[in-house]
Amino acid sequence: MTPRPDASARRAIRGASGSAAGLEAVLPRPGAARPALLGRLLEDERSLAYLLLTPTIVLLALFIAYPFVLGVWLSVSSATVGVAGHFVGLKNFDKAWNDSIFRTAAFNTFLYTGVTTVFKLALGIWLAVLLNRHFRGKRLIRAFVLLPFIIPTVLSTFAWKWMYDPTFSVINWGLWKLDLITTRVNWLGDPYLSLISVMIVNVWRGVPFFAISLLAGLQTISPELHEAAAIDGANAWQRFWRVTWPLLLPVTMVVVLFSVIQTFADFQLVYVLTGGGPANATHLFATYAYQIGVGTGLLSEGAAISLAMFPVLFLVVVLQLWYIRRVETR
Amino acid sequence: MDTNGMDRRQFIKASVAATAAATAGVEGILAARQAPAFAQGTALGMLRWNDFVPASDELLKKTIIPEAEKALGAKITLETVNANDIQPRVTAAVQSKSGPDMIMTLNNWPQLYEESVVDVSDVAEELGKKQGGIYEQSRAVAQSGKKWLAVPWAIVGLTIAYRKSLFEEVGYSKFPETWEQYRDAGKKLKAKGFPIGQTLGHTFGDAPAFSYPYLWSWGGKEVEKDGKKVVLSSKETLESVKFMVGFWKDAHDEGGLAWDDSNNNRAFLSGTICASLNGASIYIESLRKPDQYKTAKGAQMRTDIAHAALPKGPAGQFAFHVPFSHMVMGYSKNQKAAKELLRYLGSKEVFDRWFVSQKGFAVGPTRDWEKHALWKEDAVMLPFKDAARLGRAPGYAGPAGKKAAEVLTKYIITDMYAKAVQGMSAEDAVKWAHGEIQKIYG
Repeated sequence: MTPRPDASARRAIRGASGSAAGLEAVLPRPGAARPALLGRLLEDERSLAYLLLTPTIVLLALFIAYPFVLGVWLSVSSATVGVAGHFVGLKNFDKAWNDSIFRTAAFNTFLYTGVTTVFKLALGIWLAVLLNRHFRGKRLIRAFVLLPFIIPTVLSTFAWKWMYDPTFSVINWGLWKLDLITTRVNWLGDPYLSLISVMIVNVWRGVPFFAISLLAGLQTISPELHEAAAIDGANAWQRFWRVTWPLLLPVTMVVVLFSVIQTFADFQLVYVLTGGGPANATHLFATYAYQIGVGTGLLSEGAAISLAMFPVLFLVVVLQLWYIRRVETR
Repeated sequence: MDTNGMDRRQFIKASVAATAAATAGVEGILAARQAPAFAQGTALGMLRWNDFVPASDELLKKTIIPEAEKALGAKITLETVNANDIQPRVTAAVQSKSGPDMIMTLNNWPQLYEESVVDVSDVAEELGKKQGGIYEQSRAVAQSGKKWLAVPWAIVGLTIAYRKSLFEEVGYSKFPETWEQYRDAGKKLKAKGFPIGQTLGHTFGDAPAFSYPYLWSWGGKEVEKDGKKVVLSSKETLESVKFMVGFWKDAHDEGGLAWDDSNNNRAFLSGTICASLNGASIYIESLRKPDQYKTAKGAQMRTDIAHAALPKGPAGQFAFHVPFSHMVMGYSKNQKAAKELLRYLGSKEVFDRWFVSQKGFAVGPTRDWEKHALWKEDAVMLPFKDAARLGRAPGYAGPAGKKAAEVLTKYIITDMYAKAVQGMSAEDAVKWAHGEIQKIYG
């Protein structure tokens, strides 16, 4: 028995305007009738949309929503490694707030993120403008600029650790040879200098991301705008400030957004370089949360410290997305 | 009848072997010359650190574990990772209830996982009974009340490695016995360009191994014996911090604030420091490459190295070595076989080979190993022989439990000294540390 074409197939036949290829494509084949319900679902745009979204929703639920909800639950529980714990309200947050190491870590995180972002942005724009010019070996240089970003962070950080070595620092050796210092600089041992040293590594690693992203932004700006501004008598600075910068702003905001999120939650650099020392001078939220959650087994307190980052990051994201939207609809 | 490759005769033999093993331990296995009948295809997983003596890991992987597989009739997988990676692995394994059946721990980590491990009292007590008694430090870190959370494996002793010739140059033909003498020698040697090298950074080994016994030697302690009353803020602790500030400035390499557990090895072997608290790895490395490491006068560095215990303070002489133990995990489906393996590995016959491969870097968990012939081979290693006797566990005078582990992993004692040498007043540093410990002990 040959099955009759269902309603959707008939619509498709009409839509195919008599095309033989269309008929071939949509006519049900003998013996291959699909269940009517599935067919209806696939034909309905709304249900098809949900169907196509399902894999993404499942993935997001599994790998983003579930860990987040679990993290929230842990932070309000008394869970330790191997012990489920019970609800304790905001006790863990209260303990963190009264913990001087947490406060140091919080202060360090804000300072670290703020200072490095400013430097990464300034150096990134500068580098992007330079790389946007025409010169011999431009492509090679552009590729090299990306190196700090490409090398696995742990590897490059170990290299920096050796460069900062209190006894064998190549940086100290260089400065001493240039007669710029007479005694060793204690890059990672001095309480103030250690955080600056960590910041330098972060800036070194982060500048390529800014430079390449902003370079892509720069290349979308029509040269005619610069030419017109030049004809009107604008100097180089005025052309940058009045033409380049406003057009680059939306890209810059996105790049800054990503960078702030990554820097605020930074872990690897500090873990490898100092482990949060000396005397907690370089602890960040993430390193301290790890120390408490994994090193001490206090999962709930580690989760609370980790979640302390969330409101700040959420605010940053909301503000920046709002700004980007405003710029785009202007 | 042959079922699953085992006939009745074989089954009876295996059952007898298993009974022998259960009643007589390793001797039973050896006497029966037959593996105990664990379920067919029993697979055991073991996670250990990457040993600082690679030859010992090789011995385990290539000889001891294959022999254990035959003796116990189980497939054993040994995995080694960096010491810093063990805790994340334990956390993940416990939370997911899957992973290695046995995990090696350092320090008082077993206390952190009390609810997730199997009671191994039978194996540990048997080990202590047969081998002259378990050292107090190994007992303190692996025992909760009377229950053993882990089976003690070994202790990596930490002593001061020092340059004999340099100390002789400043009038110390014998290593300084007190902190005052050590400071005096260090001051003279720092003036000559050879400071004492000591980390006060966030390291799992050398930093607490120095700061804790230093505190105890002055009479300071975290908490009273009841494990409740925090008593860090005391005249003794304050004196120790005040002394440290001058000691650091006078005699130490100030880069030590940023050192990890390996910086001092490099500094010592390159001849830039006169002494450093460490395991025997500096000396062992100098033996491995005698022509690479030399003194300024061209002599092989190994000929100029000696070891000594940390100096005495007003309250005595102490040490905080690194004890190692093995936990059997609660989620393991082969707990009995895992315990049997630990019993096998800890037996005198088997452990002896591993102990010899360490050449004294790690000592046994019991006093019997002080009598081993190994100690007659190299006089330089002799101070490690009974170093474990001076060992105390973190949390002293209270138990080395979870709270003590939190104080340790937060580096509060180490940071108290680090803050003071960085410029905070001794009073404020002690007050800060006391406050932090008070929050932990409640």
